[in-house]
Amino acid sequence: MPRTVAAIGTDAVAEAMRQINPDVVPAYPITPQTAIVETFSQMVADGRVESLLINAESEHSAMSAAIGAAAAGTRVMTATSSQGLALMWEMLYIASGLRLPIILANVNRSLSAPINIHCDHSDSMGARDSGWIQLFSENGQEAYDNTLQAVRIAEHPDVKLPVMVLLDGFIISHSIDRVDFLEDDKVQKFVGSYTPEYPLLDAKNPVTWGAFDGLYGHYFEFKRAQQQGMLNAPAVIKKVGEEYGQMSGRPYGFFEEYHMEDAEFAVVALGSATGTIREAVDIARCADMKVGMIKLRMFRPFPAEELVKALSGVKAVGIFDRSDTFSGTLGGPVFVETRSAFYESPVKPLMSSYIYGLGGRDLSFDLIEKAFAELEETARTGKVKERINYLGLREGEVE
Amino acid sequence: MALKLKDLTKNKEWLTGGHRMCAGCGAPTAVRQILLAAPQDTNLVVCNPTGCMEVSTTIYPYTSWRASYIHSAFENAAATISGVETAYNALKKRGKLEDDFHFVAFGGDGGTYDIGFQSLSGALERGHRMLYVCYNNEAYMNTGIQRSGATPYGAWSTTSPFGSESIGKVQNRKDLTAIVAAHNIPYAAQASIHNWRDVARKAQKSFAVNGPSFINIMAPCHRGWRYPMEKTIELAKLSFETCIWPLYEVEEGQWKLTAKPREKKPVEEFLKTQGRFRHLFTPENKGQIQIIQDFVDREWETLLKRCGEA
Repeated sequence: MPRTVAAIGTDAVAEAMRQINPDVVPAYPITPQTAIVETFSQMVADGRVESLLINAESEHSAMSAAIGAAAAGTRVMTATSSQGLALMWEMLYIASGLRLPIILANVNRSLSAPINIHCDHSDSMGARDSGWIQLFSENGQEAYDNTLQAVRIAEHPDVKLPVMVLLDGFIISHSIDRVDFLEDDKVQKFVGSYTPEYPLLDAKNPVTWGAFDGLYGHYFEFKRAQQQGMLNAPAVIKKVGEEYGQMSGRPYGFFEEYHMEDAEFAVVALGSATGTIREAVDIARCADMKVGMIKLRMFRPFPAEELVKALSGVKAVGIFDRSDTFSGTLGGPVFVETRSAFYESPVKPLMSSYIYGLGGRDLSFDLIEKAFAELEETARTGKVKERINYLGLREGEVE
Repeated sequence: MALKLKDLTKNKEWLTGGHRMCAGCGAPTAVRQILLAAPQDTNLVVCNPTGCMEVSTTIYPYTSWRASYIHSAFENAAATISGVETAYNALKKRGKLEDDFHFVAFGGDGGTYDIGFQSLSGALERGHRMLYVCYNNEAYMNTGIQRSGATPYGAWSTTSPFGSESIGKVQNRKDLTAIVAAHNIPYAAQASIHNWRDVARKAQKSFAVNGPSFINIMAPCHRGWRYPMEKTIELAKLSFETCIWPLYEVEEGQWKLTAKPREKKPVEEFLKTQGRFRHLFTPENKGQIQIIQDFVDREWETLLKRCGEA
């Protein structure tokens, strides 16, 4: 029987990890990810999994050990947040470059300085070009579901790339939510067994991993082949999402459309904020506002074509970003990429960037309503008042 | 146990000839001496951090390794091999692997004393069954002779050059073998490629240990030290004879000299053979050699005490 429980987000991820029962889990604790490592450590201590833990002395070593263990031929999972992901940065590129299907749950948290432990997406956005697939979650349920699907996506022979499952720090990680857990045997059947390619621990076929491309120059081809994995990923993510839906009743795609069918303007967002925005859409719809929302689940690879199609019918789009690019005038990362995706499109909605929630600043209804009002005006007048907007910023404190 | 070179040469060569390490380099000699002493009924996974050994033995699409091999980055050989070793244990636990493996990392002094030090310390503390070998040539040779934490006082390097305001490297090297021994691992040793028998014994002991083991092996680099390439073994021997590089082991906390020079030669005998110390012999640097002698004497006395010989 599936179990419906009240669980915090970190427990939902730890439960997915228990059911996957990976061979090796190298990890280093960091707020707000800590509870994943703690809960999983207890599962190991209680013999509820066969997994072996490596209590690394840093995130850099945790990802290095993950790379060693994955190259050796085992299924490997880890988790981190914020500075931890930043410390792994060098190794993230090596994990994807070596085509190792490592799964990482990143509990999104701001990056220093100033040091701040609360949610924003600066950490994983900093890793957006590291060659990892990135799947965002709205709540604990999605964090659980994404973690299970990540295994199938990462290990698929057409993909062979590491996958980062993203869940918002504290808002998801530390909030109790209703979560449906699947049966253990169903999960085991879904994720299947892992058959590694060219494992180090094949005594009959010794292999060299991480060779030096110094003299003959194959780097370019390797990198293009890596891109092919990313190009192949959407079809796999779609298929796995459908299959997961058949099993669980919760199908997954690249993004979720909410009231987009007759929307005149729309909002695109990632993560937990989409729950609040959905509610705000419902309220606005009662006041006859023709607003819709797109909840982006798959940020890497970026579903450019599909997103353009989904947004082509609206006159104005507000892209909500929980991080900034520090590019000067370009706006948030999702904004930059969505706008770029529209370049060849004959129909282009007007677009504005809404940067919100940095360092855990609340995204309240009134802020969303303010954005809706501005977007409605843009749709009506055909003019963008401010291209880049900071929602909930105390302007008076900015010098 | 009797150790004969004739017998060792019959053992499997895990590193083939034809690699691109410099002629006269001490490092591949160190690797071969250690791996010839590996148990014959096992398989190996070898790990390198980024460095000379890595770039010269794994030039894609070729490899010089008959063992399975992994390189991932510069500062993390110990962490990487710890992941491999844990994967081995995980597969054994699940009954998915029949073959037996040993795990060896070879890092230079850059990847070991400096940038990889945290990773090494963490892996030693966690107790992985692995042998970590530092092939020590006392500077970052792969990138063109920059100073490291293993570079001795007074040595020239491209980032510790001598000039009107400097005598070369102004700090002394750190005592990494003692630092590693302070992790209370089952076996730690200092070795030198001029004494193959001593190296092989230490390697055998390391491979037999159920936990971490460490060998810091002197492997001179003629490009960096500035001496004729055919003198590598001779210089390794001189480092021992001057007590600049004593040979000892720390087995389950017991310190022991494994060889003792018949006559302790003055450090000058070692220094004068190499271009990196040439500036110390000028009149204005008079006195610098005595500073080095004093340092070596002090370390040697400390070691003798630790080994119960003083």
